[in-house]
Amino acid sequence: MTDLAGLSSVFGAWYDFRDLNNLQRLITEWIAEWGPDWLASIVTGVLGALGILAVVGPTLLILIWVERKVISRFQQRYGPNRVGPKGLLQPVADAVKLILKEQLAPRAADKLIFFLPPVLIFVPGILIWGVLPFGPRMSVADLNVGVLFLLAVSGTAVLVIFMAGWSSNNKYALFGAMRAVAMSISYEVPMVLALLTLVVFSGTMSINGIVEWQQQEDVIFILLFPLSAIAFFFAASAELNRTPADISEAESEIVAGYHTEYSGMRFGLFYAVELGNTLVVSGFIATFFLGGWWLWGLDQWVPSWIILLAKTAAVYFLLIWTRGTLPRLRIDQLMSFCWKALVPATLLFVVVAFVERTLILSEGWDTTVALPIMAVFNIALTLGAIMLFARVARPAPLRRPARIRMAGADIGGLRAARDVASRREEPQLQVGGD
Amino acid sequence: MTTADDTRLAMQEDSHLAMQGTIEALTTGDGSEPVVVNLGPQHPSTHGVFRLKVTLDGEIVQDAEMRIGYLHRSMEKLAEERTYTQNIPFTDRIDYLAAMSNNLAYCLAAEELLGVEVPPRAQAIRVMFAELQRVASHAMANGTFINDCGAWHTPLFYMFRDRERVLDMFEMTCGARLTTNYMRIGGVAFDLPDELLPTLESFLADMPERIADYEALLMENEILHARARGVGVISPELAVNSSLSGPVLRATGVPWDLRKANPYCGYEDYEFDVPVGEQGDCFDRFLVRMAEVKESLKILRQVVDTLPDGPYLADVPLHARPEPGEAYARVESPRGELGFYLVSDGGPAPYRFHCRPPSLINLTALKEMSVGGTLADAIVTLGSIDIVVGEIDR
Repeated sequence: MTDLAGLSSVFGAWYDFRDLNNLQRLITEWIAEWGPDWLASIVTGVLGALGILAVVGPTLLILIWVERKVISRFQQRYGPNRVGPKGLLQPVADAVKLILKEQLAPRAADKLIFFLPPVLIFVPGILIWGVLPFGPRMSVADLNVGVLFLLAVSGTAVLVIFMAGWSSNNKYALFGAMRAVAMSISYEVPMVLALLTLVVFSGTMSINGIVEWQQQEDVIFILLFPLSAIAFFFAASAELNRTPADISEAESEIVAGYHTEYSGMRFGLFYAVELGNTLVVSGFIATFFLGGWWLWGLDQWVPSWIILLAKTAAVYFLLIWTRGTLPRLRIDQLMSFCWKALVPATLLFVVVAFVERTLILSEGWDTTVALPIMAVFNIALTLGAIMLFARVARPAPLRRPARIRMAGADIGGLRAARDVASRREEPQLQVGGD
Repeated sequence: MTTADDTRLAMQEDSHLAMQGTIEALTTGDGSEPVVVNLGPQHPSTHGVFRLKVTLDGEIVQDAEMRIGYLHRSMEKLAEERTYTQNIPFTDRIDYLAAMSNNLAYCLAAEELLGVEVPPRAQAIRVMFAELQRVASHAMANGTFINDCGAWHTPLFYMFRDRERVLDMFEMTCGARLTTNYMRIGGVAFDLPDELLPTLESFLADMPERIADYEALLMENEILHARARGVGVISPELAVNSSLSGPVLRATGVPWDLRKANPYCGYEDYEFDVPVGEQGDCFDRFLVRMAEVKESLKILRQVVDTLPDGPYLADVPLHARPEPGEAYARVESPRGELGFYLVSDGGPAPYRFHCRPPSLINLTALKEMSVGGTLADAIVTLGSIDIVVGEIDR
């Protein structure tokens, strides 16, 4: 950290694009020369917010294209390729179409509460960006309780979703909202516990502090606490309503869930926020578990925000991949997976983190030796926990293999069925089972 | 204020009250008030315009009621006004995902009525296209089934690649892809084009690899297992008593296949097997379909190897007037037993034209399969039955 700060002070000119904070610092220093202090802090805040909006807005448009294109390639088709070069203007065309569409509201909807959610849902979606560190000094608000802020703000989105679902006066929307509430509340628990592991182990609640800890100890958290990383990834994809946990807007069951009744740009806003949240959550996964803006010294030569964006893109690709591949789980399966598997496992790792932290702090274990040992131990524990879960927690119908037999010469009704079933020979096809 | 306004306000009030009751029932959890949800007639998972009225206690299905008739086109009545040959295009539109099988069943019934002998080459071509149709239809069925399980269209698109190749073969043979209108009374409309057999050969060469891909992607997928195993179970006894047929019946373990039980078009000459399931759940139906595709490929291989020469169409007058009488012919369509019943009064058009649609009869067991499961299970079950609404309503 120290040598990096030293470098920044040497190369800290406004054109040093490794740290975009320099430009802002120059502006605030210039204001401080002639203006009052409060003006400088307001300008700083506004600049940060504008910066985020300027990044998020265009990124969303590009993301729509990226997601559709990647999913298309998974599905053996071209994806958008008509509007603009390589279909790049497709999201713009979509946005124009959505804006021009009529904004319908159900006659029996609760009008005010129906109008608010598409706007309100943007608030947590944008606020979260404020604590994402793009570089050593590049977060809009480097809070010392950043983790708490993140969890608190992201938790408010569920209220908006319930407003949307309730006010629509539509059963699909209500079901979607109910499912969203139940799932968000449940999956926040493993999410909090997974982050608690990091907080306990690194000894800080500042998000930048967690990245700096990883930098200092030369290790990324996914190696130290893989199960927390997996749990966080799954819980986050559940909170984001993405397959395999997209039950609150399960298309094949409840049409579009809580935003069934929203048309035109109101739907577009929900859609945009969903994508934006996916991106920011990928960013946080990259920050917490993959080292954020730090990459074994490379961050001194490549701008830190590019490193973070690259890691974010990798996580985002993983999210698109799971979405493109996996079917959806049922709500009771998701709930039982959360409470019976994720919560105990993450809780176990909180305890492990406490013990290991104590070993380092009180017993004075040398971190260069202790961390690799702990990483190996934790990885083994993770694999053990996953295998134990796969053995113990499988529901009864899955224990038996599904078998396909060939009828051969036995053709007929129930008697032939009994004949085929009573044959001793191996079935033609056997899948699943323990 | 007008009466219409009053009514509207009252409706709004009612709707709000109903909604509040719903919310109370859901939040207090005493289940005192079940919720009625109409799935359809326009819903992503009803595969057409079909309405499923489910009564839910929370997420648990207490009652499921089918409302059909949204796609009724009065085919059976229309057919009484047209000659026997003119009726063939109607059969395309009964089950638009298995037009060849429908053509075949109807032509078999008409041939029985007219006493026509079908030349061997026509028989073999018919088998070829019926089996190609089965491959295409099962690809569609399994793809949409996994979509109903919540996959984001990827398996569906994979399966569509194969279906597309089959449809290309239909197109090069008869000019149409979906509503083929290819079979004729006494044979088929056109002989095979020169490029068909090479295309079919390459299709047969590629398919085993494709099927291995699907099996790798889907068969050991834990989520698919969790969603489909033990869901929508029906016992063999109930399946037989409900007169189910096709993969839905075979998944329960009953080895009933008309190609074996009552061979037509020379199916007795081909070697193939009938795959049956064990549990009768959605996953078994999926597996049975996968296995049936493999068997169909086996049949296709044999048809290509033993394709006889000769005429492809018997000499049948275009405006045939069969003797008064009746005929019933049935085939194993991809969805089950598809039968056509024709009555002739000696005129150029059938006096009565009736279709036994497998989708409709398989659907009747949906209530038994879905009550007690969750809403999501009911959707998966509906997807696994593989209905075609055009066939249900006709």
